Amino acid sequence: MTFRFVRPVPASSPPSCVSPFLQNVLAPSFMSFRVGMAQINPRLGDVGANMALYEARVREAAGAGVEVLVFPELSLTGYFLRDMVPDVAVRLEGPEMERLRDLSREVSLVAGLVLESADHRYFNAAVYLEDGEVRHVHRKVYLPTYGMFDEQRYFARGDRVRAFDTRHGRLALLICEDLWHPSTVYLAALDGALSIVCPSSSPLRGVTDGADQDDNARYWELITRGYAETYGLFVVHANRVGFEDGVGFWGGSGILDPFGHTVCKAGYYDEAFVTGEVSHEAVRRKRTRAPLMRDEDVDLTIRELERIRR
Amino acid sequence: MIPTNVSLMRRILVAFIRNEVRKVGLERVVVGLSGGVDSSLSAMLAAEALGSEQVLGIMMPYRTSSAESLEHARLVVEASGIRSETVEITPQIDAYFAAFPDADPKRRGNKMARERMTILYDHSARWDALVAGTSNKTELLLGYGTLHGDMASALNPLGDLYKTQVWALSEAVGVPEVIITKQPSADLWTGQTDEAELGFSYREVDELLYLMVDQRYGRAELIDTGFTPEFIDDIARRIQFSQFKRRLPVIAKVSHRTIDRDFRYSRDWGK
Repeated sequence: MTFRFVRPVPASSPPSCVSPFLQNVLAPSFMSFRVGMAQINPRLGDVGANMALYEARVREAAGAGVEVLVFPELSLTGYFLRDMVPDVAVRLEGPEMERLRDLSREVSLVAGLVLESADHRYFNAAVYLEDGEVRHVHRKVYLPTYGMFDEQRYFARGDRVRAFDTRHGRLALLICEDLWHPSTVYLAALDGALSIVCPSSSPLRGVTDGADQDDNARYWELITRGYAETYGLFVVHANRVGFEDGVGFWGGSGILDPFGHTVCKAGYYDEAFVTGEVSHEAVRRKRTRAPLMRDEDVDLTIRELERIRR
Repeated sequence: MIPTNVSLMRRILVAFIRNEVRKVGLERVVVGLSGGVDSSLSAMLAAEALGSEQVLGIMMPYRTSSAESLEHARLVVEASGIRSETVEITPQIDAYFAAFPDADPKRRGNKMARERMTILYDHSARWDALVAGTSNKTELLLGYGTLHGDMASALNPLGDLYKTQVWALSEAVGVPEVIITKQPSADLWTGQTDEAELGFSYREVDELLYLMVDQRYGRAELIDTGFTPEFIDDIARRIQFSQFKRRLPVIAKVSHRTIDRDFRYSRDWGK
């Protein structure tokens, strides 16, 4: 069995009258795009109010030259939904999705919502919309059901991790807890994603001495930077803020480049809107310097996983 | 051992108060001021979150309450600039116990705590405000509070803070020093102190609770850390026996959908 990377193909080739070296140096920014993160405080269980937040942020993003706008996990509904899940669920052919499709004509966007399937399962989903179309749906695979979390009680579990092509190159969506399982990022990277886009509703918890943020924020920043650098890709993290039943969400949305550098970073605990440039040229430079993904032995991984599974 | 990152705790709690009050369409809180460190801290955090004009501190002395308590509560009002009001509870308490003259101090103390609760809730309606709670995590875990009395509130900024953390944060937000350093007391009868009544110090029990509850240390591990088996067992028993105080009343299940069992909504439903 062989696996191949899917490499993004530029939409248009640079002019051929310059040398290949200069072509690179002078390459137009076709693989560079501006990403915005809407660090909002949704109203729990009120899709109408949250859609209004989406509309306002889309307008703001369009004005700021943003090309992809990322909303947090379940930001169209709120997080601790419990028995509200069926009441706030939307369908791919429903009116809310229609509205989101309209908004995506202004700016490509990632929405966080409850998606109901035809057989009435409810998924914690992130939807990528572009040019008036749904381009990709990611259904959260790892539903935390421990400690303060209850997701598996209410949601059906997604069963796939896929990268997908957009106007802005090949991306993958992973939702919150998905990112705590390194296997999901590994799969997305192998599937050719040059950026991991992660909407989250990550609750603040754990106060420690000598840290400016809560312990959960610290851990998230550790792993997002680790993934970006390990897999040589961008990690875009859009987290929410506000409180639900006393549980706060820490915000701190941002982008990390393949070198582990912070491209942009929102503040903690307060609403914010930040934007940063995602340049696939940076992925190329990083992977040229350290071609770890090229050298990744997928067959070895599969053999060993099959042995371990037995 | 117990983290006392006061700048982060302060930031979280101020944001919490602001968020939870405003999302229900209100701007104000009322808080019962006892002159102790917990209510002082709660009031000062609320003032920081909402503005001092939006906080009403109510002092509710009984005739045996110490003069010092009232004086300390006034210090907090001055330091924070919040509004204040004094409502004596002596007439109604004495009228009630005239019918039950042999009531012991515990019954009298609980009755006073519940009387104060009704005054706070009445003022919350009168003033379009929420009642801010003052019970800390140590008291809540030990069950050292009056159910439907001082344990009642609409939002409680201190419920996840041990007493040790309350002291540290109080210092940071400027609660008058004399309130932080004095012996904690429910002031339900003359000379009462929490630590004498409980039989151990807050600092001692907080270290144990932190390891037992937050870090989930087992009994053997706690003994290894230096706590006596008797102390560990006493505290574990107190936590278990007071569980009912931390729950809603138990409901007999009859239907397919019973409140809080399979009718599950967040408190902030639609907010």
